[in-house]
Amino acid sequence: MNEPLVYEMSSPGRVGVSLPSCDVPQARLPQGMLRHDLPLPEVSEVDLIRHYVRLSQLNYALDKGFYPLGSCTMKYNPKVNEETARLPGFVQTHPYQDERTVQGNLFLLYQLQEFLKEILGFGGVSLQPAAGAHGELAGVLIIRAYHHSRGDSRRTRMLIPDSAHGTNPASTAMAGFETVKVPSDARGNVDLDALRGLCDGTVAGLMLTNPNTLGLFEEQVIEIARLVHGCGALLYGDGANLNAIMGIVKPGELGFDVMHVNLHKTFSTPHGGGGPGAGPVGVSAALVPFLPGPIVVRELAEDEHECDDDSCGCGEEECGCEDDEETYFYRLSMPEKSIGRVKAFYGNFGVCVKAYTYIRMLGAAGLRQASENAVLNANYLLGRLKGVYPLPYDRTCMHEFVLSGRLPGAPEIHTLDIAKRLMDYGFYPPTVYFPLIVPEAIMIEPTETESRETLDSFAEAMIQIAEEARSNPELLHDAPHSAPVARLDEVQAARQPVLTCLKS
Amino acid sequence: MSYVPNTEADRVAMLKAIGARDVDELFHDIPQEFRYPVLNLPPAVSELEVLRETGELSEYNLDLNHAPCFLGAGAYRHFVPSVVGHVIGRGEFYTAYTPYQAEISQGTLQSVFEYQSLICALTGMDVANASHYDGATALAEAVLMAVSVGRGKRRKVVVSPGVHPEYRAVVRTYAQGMGLTFAGEDGDPQDLSSLQQEVDAQTACVLVQNPGFLGSLGEPRELKTLAAAAHAAGALFVVTADPISLGLFAPPSEYGADIVCGEGQSLGGGLSFGGPYLGYFACKQEYVHKMAGRIVGQTVDKNGKRGFVLTLSAREQHIRREKATSNICSNQALMSLAAAVYLTAMGKNGLRQVAELCFHKAHYAAQQLAAVPGFALLSRRPFFKEFALRCPRPVAEINQYLLDEYGIIGGYDLSHDYPQLQNTMLVCVTEMNTREEIDELVEALGEVEVAE
Repeated sequence: MNEPLVYEMSSPGRVGVSLPSCDVPQARLPQGMLRHDLPLPEVSEVDLIRHYVRLSQLNYALDKGFYPLGSCTMKYNPKVNEETARLPGFVQTHPYQDERTVQGNLFLLYQLQEFLKEILGFGGVSLQPAAGAHGELAGVLIIRAYHHSRGDSRRTRMLIPDSAHGTNPASTAMAGFETVKVPSDARGNVDLDALRGLCDGTVAGLMLTNPNTLGLFEEQVIEIARLVHGCGALLYGDGANLNAIMGIVKPGELGFDVMHVNLHKTFSTPHGGGGPGAGPVGVSAALVPFLPGPIVVRELAEDEHECDDDSCGCGEEECGCEDDEETYFYRLSMPEKSIGRVKAFYGNFGVCVKAYTYIRMLGAAGLRQASENAVLNANYLLGRLKGVYPLPYDRTCMHEFVLSGRLPGAPEIHTLDIAKRLMDYGFYPPTVYFPLIVPEAIMIEPTETESRETLDSFAEAMIQIAEEARSNPELLHDAPHSAPVARLDEVQAARQPVLTCLKS
Repeated sequence: MSYVPNTEADRVAMLKAIGARDVDELFHDIPQEFRYPVLNLPPAVSELEVLRETGELSEYNLDLNHAPCFLGAGAYRHFVPSVVGHVIGRGEFYTAYTPYQAEISQGTLQSVFEYQSLICALTGMDVANASHYDGATALAEAVLMAVSVGRGKRRKVVVSPGVHPEYRAVVRTYAQGMGLTFAGEDGDPQDLSSLQQEVDAQTACVLVQNPGFLGSLGEPRELKTLAAAAHAAGALFVVTADPISLGLFAPPSEYGADIVCGEGQSLGGGLSFGGPYLGYFACKQEYVHKMAGRIVGQTVDKNGKRGFVLTLSAREQHIRREKATSNICSNQALMSLAAAVYLTAMGKNGLRQVAELCFHKAHYAAQQLAAVPGFALLSRRPFFKEFALRCPRPVAEINQYLLDEYGIIGGYDLSHDYPQLQNTMLVCVTEMNTREEIDELVEALGEVEVAE
């Protein structure tokens, strides 16, 4: 049975909220400006809750099971993150409050900037971007601003490997650059000869994902950085795959100049069904003045020292008690040559609180452990599936790997069929048909928060499906069999779009 | 704790299975001289300790549960019914990804479809997307969309100075690589009529905010005339609007808007120091193929059962790459869910009631404050829940006095953004402010002139 739409549940006179009566004299409403009809539904509170609980039950989610969506780092979202982000002292603060009244928030943001700088090996970080693609746009604009600040406006081209995420060329185009595709070589690396031929005085930068979207570490990354810098361009890092290398290598030390990170991937904040995330952007020291802002800076609070030591009892400035440690005042600051604001206020603060909580709980050793286990889990799963599914690039993988759904002996089976059949086994399917350079791609990222038993049961399902593909292909073509709906008609959805339930 | 379930024994078995000696062997592709750098981070803490630490940090703030607040300026404190937190706190919603696999994501997909419907109902537009990052980026995307509708040939954007200053800044950031020109921002921020003369054949769009940043409502006739001028020149008319105001005032569709977008934080979202918020975005049917972001559509499965899918994705970056309308990928889905729950809970009558409470309380405050010697309203224009108040002294001084002596968080200092508006405070009053709080503010400001 269909879950009704809220509009279908609506009945005149039903009320879902209780509001106070007006405690001030009523003013006259400006006639001629009022709306005549507000076509919102009328639903009782109990019906509302049941509706949304039933809807929630139609979702697969990380809290229900394994979600090996490649490039998305669907690691467990620790519950403590939700607790800290919802602390009233954080939630009930207004972005325009006097800085003196939000030192807790500003301290936390400053610390998170410092943590990310350290993990990335960079000179500065801005927490303002709200998502990965948003951080990417900021990063590309930083590259543009850097060249322009040097009076160099000839650099109109951005090099992008053919394995890149679609956001890379899209961000590049938004920033006004022409995109130039760089091919991959037989080992899944950037083709160095091709890159060499492209590097000249018209190139603004190269956008490199490392590990790349095949889940492979670019073996020639040092040479790539040398070539890019050699022609006066900058090296951009797409941080989508940072989960493989925390505490293993710092991108800044490899020669990356700019990189965004996804707090909702690497740093365990939930994806929320498509957001909110956060996409801080980090840069090398030379690019710090170009960061989007404001960012948080601190200064010694010499004059405003307040003694914390009750036994001292001075309670005032210029106290000489032994606890007279350096205290800082945290404030917002716009970097000198900033590309500007990329959103209102300072970033997705609530998401930053979650990432801060996560990094505090893992520490340096925990972050490295996370990356090591993410890579071990991926290689273990790869080992179990290699030989069952075609593996176009047979190398030690990093945190994810890419198979092909072109199963020998099952010519009618597509990757989509395999993906849909996985639902019947109780798994969310991997990322499919990406990266574009692998036909019928199946991109699997298990993350470090899955146990060996979970990986084994997923592997067994994949192996079983490969057998079904040959013995009973219809089982795959008709899948899913156990989901709330069967395969949906996407063509009809696009050709005759029904995008609201309002009567026009 | 790194939330890794595998034990050392598991790891040994797994390494054996893949024929690796140790975990280090898996990282041999990384240049050795850069491997395993020192990470200088504070030592890891337990869950108990992190709760204590963040609890202390949060209490280091002055939060609005402990201080009456008259700040708005784009971030608003409205009542959030309990149902909102309970729905968005369900792991089935917040630990799901973007609903790529529709068959097992119907909960998210249907709730987005309902959200789109509710936003259309509120704005009077035909179609809405699944959300942008916030009100500012939604407006920036509206500009990119208008340029795209004009096939890239129209490069001029006419902007009202009554649009939120940070939104205007974000529009400029987004547009810096596109060679757009901007006009109209030098005029009176409460006067829309002067914008008309800036509209010409090069104009891609006209941007206005209603109610404006200074709180005043646009006159319907003025808005209609401006919309007509934009349309006559072939430009789009873009309105950014406080969604709570739409519970009471005419939707922008009635005065000619082609795109309506704005900050949806008021709809069930917390203040949370500026984010995560919600950029809502809606437009006329004819522009749907140029709209950015995710869109959910209704369809049927092979058995004829109703279902929902992400649709019209040929607009998007993962298909179109450099030719995409926008680079947006992740959005603010959970905040749009909060907005949908909020609008459903409020319903036809509740939202109007909230808007009326804001209206009456703001007008009571304005009337009382204007009677305080030395204070006056900046203009006599109709307003909704915010108004500009002329003060006898710099706003920064007054706010410091309010905070230190009364523990009240005063309004926004308009001189930050409008040099002509020295000593002018933008006061915001919502249904959250009690009459006692307003009276206390009036009393406190009555002392300002005599204060040292």
